[in-house]
Amino acid sequence: SPFGWDSKFTQQELPACKPILTPKWVISVFLLVGVIFVPIGVASLLASNKVVEIVDRYDDACVPSNVTNKLAYIQNSTISKTCRRTLKVPKDMKQPIFVYYQLNNFYQNHRRYVKSRNDQQLRDASKANETTLCDPEKTRDGMAIVPCGLIAWSTFNDTYTFQHNTNNLSIDKTDISWKSDRDHKFGSDVFPKNFQKGPLIGGKTLNESIPLSEQEDLIVWMRTAALPTFRKLYGRIYVDLKENDTITVTLDNNYNTYSFDGKKSLVLSTSTWLGGKNDFLGLAYLTVGGLCFFLAFAFTLLYLIKPRKLGDNNYLSWNRNSAGH
Amino acid sequence: TKYSAVTFIPKSLFEQFRRVANIYFLVVACLSYTPIAPFRGATAVGPLVLVLLVTMVKEAIEDWRRKQQDIEVNNRKTKVFQDGAFRHTKWTKLRVGDVVKVEKDEFFPADLVLLSSSYDDAICYVETMNLDGETNLKLKQSLDVTSRLQDDDSFRGFGAVIRCEDPNANLYSFVGNIEIEEQQQQYPLSPQQLLLRDSKLRNTEYVYGVVVFTGHDTKVMQNATSAPSKRSKIEKKMDGAIYVLMSILVLISVIGSVVFGLATKHDLVDGRMKRWYLRPDNPDNIYDPNNPAVSAALHFFTAMILYGYFIPISLYVSIELVKLLQALFINSDIHMYHEESDTPAHARTSNLNEELGQVYTILTDKTGTLTCNSMEFIKCSIAGTAYGRGITEVEKAMAKRNGSPVISDFELGVEDFHQSEGRSAIKGFNFRDERVMDGNWVHQQHSGVIEMFFRLLAICHTCIPEVDEVTGKISYEAESPDEAAFVVAAHELGFTFYQRTQAGVYLHELDPSSGEQVDRFYKVLHVLEFSSARRRMSVIVKDEEGKTFIFSKGADSIMYERLSNSESTYSEATQKHINDYADAGLRTLVLAYRQLEEIEYAKFERKFTAAKNSVSADRDELIDEAADLIERDLILLGATAVEDKLQKGVPDCIDKLAKAGIKIWVLTGDKMETAINIGYACSLLRQGMKQITITLDTPDIIALEKGGDKGAINKASKVSVVQQINEGKKLINASGNESFALIIDGKSLTYALKDDTKAAFLDLAIACGSVICCRSSPKQKALVTRLVKTGTGKVTLAIGDGANDVGMIQEADIGVGISGAEGMQAVMASDVSIAQFRFLERLLLVHGHWCYSRISSMVCYFLYKNITFGVTLFLYESLSTFSGQTLYNDWSMSLYNVLFTSLPVIAMGVFDQDVSARFCLKYPMLYQEGPQNLLFRWSRLLGWMLHGVGSAVIIFFLTIASLKHQAFRKDGEVIDLSILGATAYTCVVWAVNMQMAITVNYFTLIQHICIWSGIFLWYVLSLYLATTTKINQTNSLTIFLTKLTIPLFLLPCRYLFLIIYGAITPSFSTTFFMVFSEALGGAPAYWVVTLLVAVAALIPYFTLAVVKTWFFPDYHNKIQWLQHAAKHADPEEELGVVLRQFSVRSTGVGVSARRDAKLVRTNSKVIHADSSSQSQATVELT
Repeated sequence: SPFGWDSKFTQQELPACKPILTPKWVISVFLLVGVIFVPIGVASLLASNKVVEIVDRYDDACVPSNVTNKLAYIQNSTISKTCRRTLKVPKDMKQPIFVYYQLNNFYQNHRRYVKSRNDQQLRDASKANETTLCDPEKTRDGMAIVPCGLIAWSTFNDTYTFQHNTNNLSIDKTDISWKSDRDHKFGSDVFPKNFQKGPLIGGKTLNESIPLSEQEDLIVWMRTAALPTFRKLYGRIYVDLKENDTITVTLDNNYNTYSFDGKKSLVLSTSTWLGGKNDFLGLAYLTVGGLCFFLAFAFTLLYLIKPRKLGDNNYLSWNRNSAGH
Repeated sequence: TKYSAVTFIPKSLFEQFRRVANIYFLVVACLSYTPIAPFRGATAVGPLVLVLLVTMVKEAIEDWRRKQQDIEVNNRKTKVFQDGAFRHTKWTKLRVGDVVKVEKDEFFPADLVLLSSSYDDAICYVETMNLDGETNLKLKQSLDVTSRLQDDDSFRGFGAVIRCEDPNANLYSFVGNIEIEEQQQQYPLSPQQLLLRDSKLRNTEYVYGVVVFTGHDTKVMQNATSAPSKRSKIEKKMDGAIYVLMSILVLISVIGSVVFGLATKHDLVDGRMKRWYLRPDNPDNIYDPNNPAVSAALHFFTAMILYGYFIPISLYVSIELVKLLQALFINSDIHMYHEESDTPAHARTSNLNEELGQVYTILTDKTGTLTCNSMEFIKCSIAGTAYGRGITEVEKAMAKRNGSPVISDFELGVEDFHQSEGRSAIKGFNFRDERVMDGNWVHQQHSGVIEMFFRLLAICHTCIPEVDEVTGKISYEAESPDEAAFVVAAHELGFTFYQRTQAGVYLHELDPSSGEQVDRFYKVLHVLEFSSARRRMSVIVKDEEGKTFIFSKGADSIMYERLSNSESTYSEATQKHINDYADAGLRTLVLAYRQLEEIEYAKFERKFTAAKNSVSADRDELIDEAADLIERDLILLGATAVEDKLQKGVPDCIDKLAKAGIKIWVLTGDKMETAINIGYACSLLRQGMKQITITLDTPDIIALEKGGDKGAINKASKVSVVQQINEGKKLINASGNESFALIIDGKSLTYALKDDTKAAFLDLAIACGSVICCRSSPKQKALVTRLVKTGTGKVTLAIGDGANDVGMIQEADIGVGISGAEGMQAVMASDVSIAQFRFLERLLLVHGHWCYSRISSMVCYFLYKNITFGVTLFLYESLSTFSGQTLYNDWSMSLYNVLFTSLPVIAMGVFDQDVSARFCLKYPMLYQEGPQNLLFRWSRLLGWMLHGVGSAVIIFFLTIASLKHQAFRKDGEVIDLSILGATAYTCVVWAVNMQMAITVNYFTLIQHICIWSGIFLWYVLSLYLATTTKINQTNSLTIFLTKLTIPLFLLPCRYLFLIIYGAITPSFSTTFFMVFSEALGGAPAYWVVTLLVAVAALIPYFTLAVVKTWFFPDYHNKIQWLQHAAKHADPEEELGVVLRQFSVRSTGVGVSARRDAKLVRTNSKVIHADSSSQSQATVELT
């Protein structure tokens, strides 16, 4: 024997708990889940309700009503696309207030798109010519593009400025990206080169004198979103807003979402311990908790109405016995 | 051996790629180095190489072991005549035509033609147990022409030519001739001169023989069928499940490709780009809006690779590993360890473990398997008084089940028995009774009858005594062990037979009048030999006083006809004893004698001599007729009961197996009578069971055989067999619920196994409770096995100990060898070897059931966990227009099967116990889950697959709905692909491991460690590894792999976690790039989502499981309840009731069935005799 005789291990007699679905067990498990889930659900729902969120879709509204071909309009770089939006604060908003842009129907998770970057080039100035995987935004006139690839090329380039009542509302655009990205993924000595120099300009152009690690909009954008509807952090406002305050947003509507019928929205939101506004989590908790209570109740009822009988005559016989008399 | 050095790699690879899944993974591995792969090549190739390597190493080791054993056999030495002398030579060097010398108790190295022996008349005795399982010695005799070559030197200058038939498998025929050079004359050779390889020389100092067939040409090897690669039924069905998965895989890949193609095509309409950020104006093959069909086709392959997670690659390797560990547990089970011979059970080919749990039919050899191959004189009835206090195995088994007063009858004897056992154990003698032993019989009432009884035992036989000159001890050489048992018994009881001459036999006797030992001589006038037709033997002797006696012994039915009518004072009592003995599984013979008048003897003498001297065809009949005349009007002395010693625990084991619903067939080379006796002894047959006997020993067939017309014999035999089969079937159809036994002999079997009759034969055999095939050759055993295997389509298990069983062991789905006996051939060919038949009970009912239930659960769980994983990938695809983007990081994907979910499932496969060993044995019916395949039925497999899909849907949609586009942290960050992926992955790992936790029936510390470490490991690794991969996709992989190598190799060991933890600590402190620690760890939303998703994914299963075990429990669920109840309530009370309900069984075989039948018999008697006890009897019957 490889383990030696008569140990509990080799004889497969280790002390063990043999859980069996006894009524007591089952009902208490369901009750326990219910008892835990319902409070969490309530807490989540409260948190979600505490969040004040302003969502303003502007892609349609910011195209002058006389323009019929929105695509031509947005692609025409000679026209000024400044647009003004007025937002009303529905409830008191405590600082920090987060400013997001939200895109719809934008497939940042397309494999062709996700692949199209080169992490070495982004991090290391000496690897500037490293452009593998960056197809089809690799080089311009034989020179490597830094940062290369479709993601960087298509960086979002609408800009927002805010006025609160009549005062300018300063927006803080630092620290909107992950620290680890700034420190380790985007080099502080890597500068944009040959960027957006092609005939087809995708999105934002980058200031060639600012290193990538400080181009936070780019860094944010390059964290590709998981789903076709996504928000990205634009900046923070460190001012408390009062109910019924109006905020005027002056925005440059540059980014093309018209060709793929995408929507653009500006979002202002506060946050709680659970993040932004989403009732689903709380509702899901309440549903699951409620279901568990229901099941506990149902099984108790079943147990009381139809208790299992061990001594039943047919209990241990094979009812589908084929090898028999 | 299956492989040689050259063929190993191609052949074993071929074996590997018989598995569909492996082919698929090979294709994936090739494709994964092209750009269409959704992840890097190494992640796909690595696991495949690992899987192949592990399996090939295992194959190589197993084959190497086989080779070692072959070499050992081939290197045995024998003496061969070379250059004028006999020299030792290896078996492998033997060539046809070599003259060899074989000495006493050696095996013949090849098929030899006997030239001469140490005896003057050139005879020799051969033991053929390895060939046909018969224990009696066979006499072989050489031709006269060669018999004078009696010493080594006489072979100088000797030359002869032998012509013989081509090698064939027929053990009992040999045609050839020998032509001596000097004489220029041919002499015919017959089987009488053929010494077969693997039989043994006995009672002969040495023989000379010439090699006619060597190696694979020998008759034994011709009987051997080639070693097949066995695959278990579950594994075959698993392949089926894999096919189902593959079809699903293709289906969803096609769906994905079509959607992808359409979306791609749509991206560029009339030069207008839709999703401009994908640059549809600058396409490549994979994404080409101008040529969407090509892109879609390429995407199909991408999808096939991506959804490869549906196919659990590690399933096979995990199963191999689990089976290996299961085998270790089987090997180290102390309850299957035979102390006397120091042999544990040994699972030799581990890939059949779970088949042990599905056995439907057991085909067992008799000699050496069921019996110990020794006969013991255990009881006798003399003058109507029963003597002998020994207890047979059957009685023990019956008494144990019964708890009846039978046991108290024996209590005194049992003590006695144990004491005396310490004193001396004499082979063939297990008789204890102080009333007749040590000469006490003279004080018994019928001492005269007793004296005659013992004398008969000492005289009426054909044994030869061998007196050891040093010790004076006498041993006997007998044709059969039961004859020897009689003589030994007579010796022990004071009538020692010590010499036989041509004239007669010499005895030491105890003279009752003087009380002293006297020597007596009995002149043997005639021996009327035993034959299966006569079923009796007689000896006519004349004692010293000139009185002539005839001593007869024979089967009770025959002998009772021949008793004198006047002498019947104790015949009824004797008959009752005989019935009791038969019920106790003993072999009974009735002893009777008669003093002959001179005239009567003279008359017989004349007739008998005339018959003997006649040369007509009916000579045998004349002899029988003459014998018949004298064997009449005999006076009954009593009856003997000999136990064909069953191995310990055999009746009990057979009873349990029968209760488990397993059918047991006995295939033996022995005589029909012996086989039937053993059938009784091990409760396969019992009184009240109708026997259907198919035999060709019928008068007309025998008559035809004398005619010698082969065609006519064949035809008549076949007709007869078919007719007997049909009659048997009619009988069964006509009866209600009686149980039947089928007994068929080898000759009939030849015809019954013909293609056109075998179906009918199988039908008949299946309808019978037990089947006994006697006189069957090794080949027939294999053929019967094949018939049962293919005919019923169920798992068959063959068990045997000798070379004659090799064929059936290999043919059966599982072959079990009895180790510890002399020959190793059966063990070599077997898949599992055990030391004793009784271990089969534990092997099947406990280990078999466990392995079956474990492997089934394991496969189901594997399907579930991989489908869960695969479907989440698919669902995510649907949100990225099926572009082939993976939701998870590729390293975490490839580790899913290896690290995070593998240990728990392996632990389950090795350790899980749905029902404890004690309860497995207590409720043998539980075993039926295997043969009926309840735990691996399609509905269960598909149920688990559906559960996987359901879980995936719950996990995926709950995750993405909870973490939509809103911020998930207080600091306002939103989720991105890597964060959503990590969260979903966490949920999958949790759900899948929690699922394991609620699936496992047997929670030991090991399970806890495996399950929780799987989850914990994920957190630790995500802290550590997520960082490195993000920096540099290619380099980090190598770093990552090297860091993983150590833990991967140590995976099976329990220190896994600690080592990984140790390797991780340095990077643990440097908070460097951690998706997990930076983004997720601190986000309450992440934990809240995990809890929600993991629980929600389990609720459907849990609810269904509750409903199932409460209202539609499987058999093991019921027993779990009982087990649970037993722990709390008074176990005996409730379980006793349930146990009672088990007693009436389906196959109607076994000790319990016999007891029940007996109970019915006695009870009905009680009812007739005494109506007042009727009510009680009825109670007992229920």
